[in-house]
Amino acid sequence: MFMIGPIGFAVPWLLTALIALPVLWFLLRAVPPAPIRRRFPGVALLLGLKDEDAETDKTPWWLLLLRMLAVAAAIIGFAGPILNPDVRVAGTGPLLVVVDGSWADARDWPRRVEKIEALIEEAGAEGRPVALVRLTDVPDAVEFQTAEAWAGRAAGLQPQAWAPVLDDWAEALPEGQFETVWLSDGLDHPGRAALLEALQARGGVRVIESQRVVLGLHPAVFEDGRIVIAAQRMPVADAVSVEVIARGPDPAGIERELARVSLTFPSGVARGEAELDLPPELRNRITRFELEAARTAGAVSLTDDSLKRRKVALIAAGPDQEGLQLLSPLHYLRQALEPVAEIVEGSLTEVLLANPDVVVLADVARLTQAETDAALEWLEKGGLLLRFAGPRLAGSDVSRIEEDPLMPVRLREGGRTVGGAMSWGEPKALAPFAEGSPFFGLVAPSDVVVRAQVLAQPDPELTDRTIAALDDGTPLVTRKAVGEGQVVLVHVTANAEWSSLPLSGLFVQMLERLAVSTRAARPEAGDLAGLTWVPEMVLDAFGQASDAGELAGVAGEELAKAMTGGPSPALPPGLYAGADRRVALNVLGPETELLAADWPQSVSVEGLEGREAQALKGQFLTAALAFLLADVLAALWVAGRLTGLRRGMVVVLLGLMPMGEARAQETALPDDVRALEATTAVVLAYVLTGDPRVDELSHAGLLGLSDKLWQRTSIEPMMPIGVDIETDELAFFPFLYWPVTAGAEQPSPEAYARLNQYLRTGGMILFDTRDADVAGFGGGTPEGQALQLIASGLDIPPLEPMPSDHVLTRTFYLLQEFPGRHPRGAIWVEAAPLAEEEAAEGMPFRNLNDGVTPVVIGGNDWAAAWAVDGSGVPLLPVGRGFAGEQQREIAYRFGVNLIMHVLTGNYKSDQVHVPALLERLGQ
Amino acid sequence: MTVAASSLNGDLRSRAEALGQTLPPLLAEAEMLASTVMLGEHGRRRAGLGDEFWQYRAAGAGDSARMIDWRRSARSDAHFVREREWQAAQSVTIWVDPAKSMSFTGDKGRAPKSDRAKLLALALAVLLLRGGERVGLAGLAHPRAGRAQLLRLASRLAGEAEAEEYGAPETEGMVSHGRGVFLSDFLGDLAGIEAGLARAADRGVKGVLIQILDPAEEEFPFDGRTIFESMGGGLRHETQQAGELRSRYLTRLAERKDRLAGLARAVGWHFTTHHTGHPAQAALLWAYAALEGGR
Repeated sequence: MFMIGPIGFAVPWLLTALIALPVLWFLLRAVPPAPIRRRFPGVALLLGLKDEDAETDKTPWWLLLLRMLAVAAAIIGFAGPILNPDVRVAGTGPLLVVVDGSWADARDWPRRVEKIEALIEEAGAEGRPVALVRLTDVPDAVEFQTAEAWAGRAAGLQPQAWAPVLDDWAEALPEGQFETVWLSDGLDHPGRAALLEALQARGGVRVIESQRVVLGLHPAVFEDGRIVIAAQRMPVADAVSVEVIARGPDPAGIERELARVSLTFPSGVARGEAELDLPPELRNRITRFELEAARTAGAVSLTDDSLKRRKVALIAAGPDQEGLQLLSPLHYLRQALEPVAEIVEGSLTEVLLANPDVVVLADVARLTQAETDAALEWLEKGGLLLRFAGPRLAGSDVSRIEEDPLMPVRLREGGRTVGGAMSWGEPKALAPFAEGSPFFGLVAPSDVVVRAQVLAQPDPELTDRTIAALDDGTPLVTRKAVGEGQVVLVHVTANAEWSSLPLSGLFVQMLERLAVSTRAARPEAGDLAGLTWVPEMVLDAFGQASDAGELAGVAGEELAKAMTGGPSPALPPGLYAGADRRVALNVLGPETELLAADWPQSVSVEGLEGREAQALKGQFLTAALAFLLADVLAALWVAGRLTGLRRGMVVVLLGLMPMGEARAQETALPDDVRALEATTAVVLAYVLTGDPRVDELSHAGLLGLSDKLWQRTSIEPMMPIGVDIETDELAFFPFLYWPVTAGAEQPSPEAYARLNQYLRTGGMILFDTRDADVAGFGGGTPEGQALQLIASGLDIPPLEPMPSDHVLTRTFYLLQEFPGRHPRGAIWVEAAPLAEEEAAEGMPFRNLNDGVTPVVIGGNDWAAAWAVDGSGVPLLPVGRGFAGEQQREIAYRFGVNLIMHVLTGNYKSDQVHVPALLERLGQ
Repeated sequence: MTVAASSLNGDLRSRAEALGQTLPPLLAEAEMLASTVMLGEHGRRRAGLGDEFWQYRAAGAGDSARMIDWRRSARSDAHFVREREWQAAQSVTIWVDPAKSMSFTGDKGRAPKSDRAKLLALALAVLLLRGGERVGLAGLAHPRAGRAQLLRLASRLAGEAEAEEYGAPETEGMVSHGRGVFLSDFLGDLAGIEAGLARAADRGVKGVLIQILDPAEEEFPFDGRTIFESMGGGLRHETQQAGELRSRYLTRLAERKDRLAGLARAVGWHFTTHHTGHPAQAALLWAYAALEGGR
């Protein structure tokens, strides 16, 4: 191909036409612009006048230049210029396309897929067999196939969230010679050099690498009350700062950005750090950190329990004795917990208000009924009650005859003492922890001995509830689940009075295993070993979290290895749950370094970008056209004919300008116009759900109802309006129709605030789950669940199914049922006050004349029954035949009653007083 | 022109009448020459010969005895002659240039010059007829009085343009010592105009020259390489830079106006230039004043 610089030409011989340009110069120069003919009576006065300047009959030089440029651009354009043409010599033999497919590839994955597709297509054009290998897969035999066979598969290829394991791939390579194209992610993975060698032995290797920066986030650690976030980058360059976002659920359970910090990489350093100081409530909610700039699994760091400082309430029986610090039942607990947890002290009812994670009762025997109830309620929600025995517990009759709800076992009277002056035997040591116990794997030091303890009654569940025992088999620690929480009883005191357990390191470890205290650091291999960890949530290569589904659990040892070595196909990055704690497995460990792949000289390395062949024909021809257009205008100007065009140009320009203005107005217009629209007359409004079909139907439904109201009543509503509860003002609308869709999102707290204000100030919302055909109200339909989610934040009074004497049954029409498109779903309204329960003697209705129900909830799909098109014809069929039309009519009547109720309140209820009023007037 | 003329025929009269209504009746001051004096309609309103009493004056030498008013003279010692006021209808002959050059307009939104000329002519006719004068069109209609003449004039004016490039004033049918109105652009050969004016002056006709020009002819807003052609295509002039010619063209136009004004002055006529870009009232007022003044 003929090349000039980076531009090649497809039809280079056409360029010879450029020689003709100078000839054209002379030709064009000789021809003056064509004259205009004008009829002009004044010509009689012009006769005999001579032109002063004869030069102008030649074309001006700049006009010539313009024309030459136009012609030149056209010639070059037709010669088919191509920027960066693909001039590689066509290869022969099979082609192996190798792609790392790791998380680092995710940053520009679409480009890689494009490249792979281009390579396959090219090979197909040359008739070469192709094989495509993703190195993150488990090695498998590589087979060459035709390019067509691969064409579809490349598009579906996805990167994986772990690094490739290259060791076994060399064996999987096919025999014979082939050419290799390796799309590397730019990182050095172990075994890369060996694989490269194996590939080079089979033929040429070409490497394609992206130039973009690889960013990774280390797990966040907790240091001195602050969260330290470290990040790693791969090509080390100038100082740059990136945003780190902390995400987690807000109090309403909606995932949000909780905090944001700027992380700076110093110039020439691969690692950058940032500190985040957050209040514990906020910190405990963080589920993940992510780099804003990069959307890869490596740029996401999941948090586990290690960031959370738990709140522990310590409660001892009675006031501490002065001067006996070391004898205090809480001393050792306080020492063990203070560095790692927040300690709350006070009475049980007080501390429960603070919602602690753990309540420790050290030798507290008797609790009041109120305290027991509060503690039980707290336990049901997942609290951990840790009780220590002691003289008081041993002396009381708590859990003696019957098992106390706050005790895991029944206790024998008095307990026992071993190895004391008045008893036989030696103090007892601990038995090794049994498998299945949370303490399994901990080693009990031999010098830990127990001199006294309380004894459990032998019950059928005792064995199951024992999680630690003495070497003679008597239970030392017992546990019972209560709701989502648990009660744990340690059968010795929390101080060194009965045993030396609190003096040993084992005590701290046991507290840790019980998740009483938080691990200040990441879990050690020992902490993980021996337990099975089930993935709860996994990350894909793009950093998106997804439910782990049915993924099998992994052994703690494997997980521990992955924590340092990085995730693997069997252990994708994510959140792993053990018995009572969760561990996050991140792509980058705390010490992982990102190393750039170093390719030997013999391998040609190309960038992913910049080498794409780009045909410039279009641009050149466009330029030629533009020059010609300019030439037309210039020629007109030279010939003096532009004057007539001026007005035309102005018209064209004016025509172009309003578009911009109109658009600007569209965005500027909203609030006032909306407010006017909504307030000049009564307007029915519906909540926009985001589902266009539902929204259209709501609009059509309210339009139909508005028509009926206009025809039959003195309410004359304007066109219905869709309302976005997140942004729009609600105060203008007396009535909101809210179709609930499955999977509807919860409104934001601000929207809730405005909705509640709306309900409190007399607005009414009609919730329609539109599912009465398949479910009773409140059933398990997706819409019902969505409604529960939405309604959880609303200030809704107690509800009851609509009673037969509710004012809604007679505000305009007398109705007994309220069908929509579904005939008989239950409808719920605000419950009547209890005092007004009974109807007066001889009265058909109860004397209920206060308040308008703020919500009406049902599932009859009213909008569908009301819906009409622009010409007033019903949109959807209701029921069947005449009965269906009757049902539609009743649906309209319900709508009329509802709007009447909204606008006139309980006026109809008040009419029960009419006879009395008439009597008083003497009629 | 045909289409324009036929449409003109319909509304030209109404437009002209509307214009004429805004002015007081025009009475052309009679030039006293017995041969042309004819009784105007004003005199007929009275019984008798139609003369009106003017004044008594003392009879002098040369007054025949027949002229003495004996009834008046009997009341005193002197002899008095009863003089009567002669009232005369004036004959006004209007010439509207029918040549092709009058069909020019410099802008599509503007009517051609001929339209304006015909409008002015008819408006004048309306005024004059209302004042009892006799109005005719040179070479087309003899001067007559009465409303019926107005219809005749309008239909004559709607005739097609002539084949000539430029018009020369037509004097046929001009009444001696009457009044003349020439409406033209006066861009043609000056000799023809001069001759026409001389013929009119020979017959003792006085009047006005109204030069009607399009604004484009005053401004010469042309540029670039242009071939100028007369309306019939008979004359042509080519230039490379029309813009360069502007100042010289304007000089020539000014000279032409000076010549015309000079000619008019020499024969006791009045001359003005009217632009189709301006309202017609100004020109009509001017013509009204000029015809009335006669000086």
